[in-house]
Amino acid sequence: MTPLRLDRISKSFSEVPVLREVSLTVAPGEVLGIAGENGAGKSTLMNILGGVIAPDSGGMVLEGRAYAPRDPSEAGARGVSFVHQELNLFPNLTISENLFLTGFPRRRVLGLPLIDRRSAAQAARRLLDAVELPLSPDAPVERLSQGERQLVEVAKALHRDARVVIFDEPTTSLTANESARLFGIIERLQARGAAVLYISHALADVRRLAGRILILRDGEVAATGPAAEFTEERMISSMVGRPIGQLYPERRPLPSDAAPLLEARGLTHPGVLEDVGFTLYSGEVLGIAGLMGSGRSECARILFGLDPCERGEILLSGAPIQHLSPRERIRRGLAFLTENRRDDGLLMPAGVLANLALVEPRSSELEPVAARVGVRCANLDRQPVRQLSGGNQQKVALGKWLVSTPRVFLLDEPTRGIDVGARAEIYRIIAALAETGVGILMISSEIEELTGLCDRILVMRRGEIRGSIARPDFDREQILRVAL
Amino acid sequence: MTAPRNLRLKLLDAAPLLLLAAVLLAFGAVSPRFLAPANLLQILVQASSLGIVAVGMTLVLLTGGVDLSAGSLMYLSAGVSGWLLLRGFPLPLALAAALATGVIAGLANGLLVSRVRLMPFVVTLATLYLWRGVGLNLTQTRAMNLPEGILRLAAARLAGVPAPVWILAGVLAGAHVVLTRTQFGRQIYAAGNDAAGARRAGVPVARILVAAYAASGLCAALSGLVAVAQLGAVSPTFGSQREFAAIAAAVLGGASLFGGRGTVFPGTLIGAVLIQAIENGLVVTGADPYLFPLITAAVIFAAVFLDSARRRNLENLHRRKVRGPAVQETSSP
Repeated sequence: MTPLRLDRISKSFSEVPVLREVSLTVAPGEVLGIAGENGAGKSTLMNILGGVIAPDSGGMVLEGRAYAPRDPSEAGARGVSFVHQELNLFPNLTISENLFLTGFPRRRVLGLPLIDRRSAAQAARRLLDAVELPLSPDAPVERLSQGERQLVEVAKALHRDARVVIFDEPTTSLTANESARLFGIIERLQARGAAVLYISHALADVRRLAGRILILRDGEVAATGPAAEFTEERMISSMVGRPIGQLYPERRPLPSDAAPLLEARGLTHPGVLEDVGFTLYSGEVLGIAGLMGSGRSECARILFGLDPCERGEILLSGAPIQHLSPRERIRRGLAFLTENRRDDGLLMPAGVLANLALVEPRSSELEPVAARVGVRCANLDRQPVRQLSGGNQQKVALGKWLVSTPRVFLLDEPTRGIDVGARAEIYRIIAALAETGVGILMISSEIEELTGLCDRILVMRRGEIRGSIARPDFDREQILRVAL
Repeated sequence: MTAPRNLRLKLLDAAPLLLLAAVLLAFGAVSPRFLAPANLLQILVQASSLGIVAVGMTLVLLTGGVDLSAGSLMYLSAGVSGWLLLRGFPLPLALAAALATGVIAGLANGLLVSRVRLMPFVVTLATLYLWRGVGLNLTQTRAMNLPEGILRLAAARLAGVPAPVWILAGVLAGAHVVLTRTQFGRQIYAAGNDAAGARRAGVPVARILVAAYAASGLCAALSGLVAVAQLGAVSPTFGSQREFAAIAAAVLGGASLFGGRGTVFPGTLIGAVLIQAIENGLVVTGADPYLFPLITAAVIFAAVFLDSARRRNLENLHRRKVRGPAVQETSSP
């Protein structure tokens, strides 16, 4: 029996069609991989499935019965569970409380329905084992790493005897190791006969996991079929509707007389960095690879002056800057694109121009910069950046630094959660900046984009630089080996 | 996480108790009479009215709101019971009517906050004036001297412990069990941490808010009755500004003004006893009455300082990403 069938689902928001007659089926034990650019309608489709919003027209059938959930809890009751990209955990509660927040095992004491803590702990233990998290169910969630929290979120979806499990970008904050664990969980779900919908921008993961692939473009099904029929190139061209050309721009080799711009010497902060030193040259794109938690982001924060560093020197064009405030470092030509554009990078309710003016309010420069980074929006002044796609938001976050013409640009995960079209544009912006002599330090979890863009890659592990590889010798496996 | 930060969090957690110990020792040093068992019991008796209203306040603070109307509601409920008593209604009926007044007023607060979606601060600021206004009308702004019967209630003892302390203990036990041992209780913490997230997770946030404000109303009414039973009279300023003492007690005891954090036991209990111990100590040591407001200011400042220090530490905790050895330890089963 088909557990889930969607039949010509359509949905519009304020008369803008977001989904147009989308139909799909998922069989028991099947993984359907869904890919599409941001704004293609994936989230809307999943929100309809999860009972968050109702479709304008079209119907759904779940295990032979009509399925029209009014709210997420009804969807849950029908066996549809959801692993959201955005974590919905309460850091002030324990793991087990988060797992059972709306369905604690209970026993009556003096007529009061009290939480049966022992059963809760046992049930939580089983769920944590299923996601291979060796943590105590009583550990407060605020003590967990981002990746561990993501796995708790997965455990939450396993909690009910789920018939259909939807994963929406589940790997964005997972380490390679944790991703591998997640894939194991998905395989076990499959073996149990659950239907899985797996949405991701990581096309390699989608191809690896999915039996069938469905590509959404502009609210319609652009292509669908067995995964074997899809190469990554075909997926990309279906997503963008045209061959995308080259994802990574051509890079010219660095001239041998390039001047050193930014030098780090012996940066050490207990528990964070251990004797980190490197030189970034003018016009160079220097990558930092490493697992989440290896000290990559911390290194960038220290270079920018956001976090303290006990020992070591930072030189910008030969002048020490380690004692300067971030404000002063910006004035001397440092820029920092944070890994979290939503919280640290942008004022979400404000318009594009207001955001571009954040670093330096040079009003004559704002519109040219918006054009230069290629922001697409309805109104530069009035449309809140919250409404823009992730890719366009990231272009704004990049653009606000370009107004101040930096000499060294620190980029932390510059393409996280961004679709492939916007990615290509951001790569081009980065390459063009390097071309003009800006030194670029780029942190990324995607080795692919580091090898595609960088002149040199440093590999970090446990707060130390464990390897340095220059352009012609890039080797994915070697980088991974050093990083692990 | 580094060891010093862990220590700092532990210290902050223990701060209410340390503060209480310091206050007891300080007053004890000035006046040995302060630490006499009879006086310590007296402090508990005096703290019971404040403690009860502070328990209700804690429930509301946990949801991320605040109930500024609690003091006025103490007055209104006491006024209702006095009005009935003076007209010859039986005592149990008068008490029940007072409690019902509290619940109904609390429900009104809760519905305005959850259904009409008004800000708790504004809603309860308005009802602060409303409840007092209704009460003043009811009592004709005259002080009411209540019949003897109600005074005997406060003086009653069980196992040597006066009734107000028993009532406080009952309220504390009830609230503690609900907060820590029921699904509803845990959902209060979730809703207070992130109301939108809680709604997404299927938590009935609106119901939780209504229940929290109703409970706060009930506690305010009960607290009013306990205080009236101790005083024997209801003056027009009765209960005035008690909401601030209740907020201070809850926050001193570890409740966060931003919701989602705090306990009634031991937290709010310690906070209430701490405030009452200071008041009692100032009287026992014969301190200058003009000093009282200054001390109150210091107490409130200490409460807010503790709250923000705790929050900063938690934020630092959230920022931590590099896995130190401490985390590896907690990772092992």
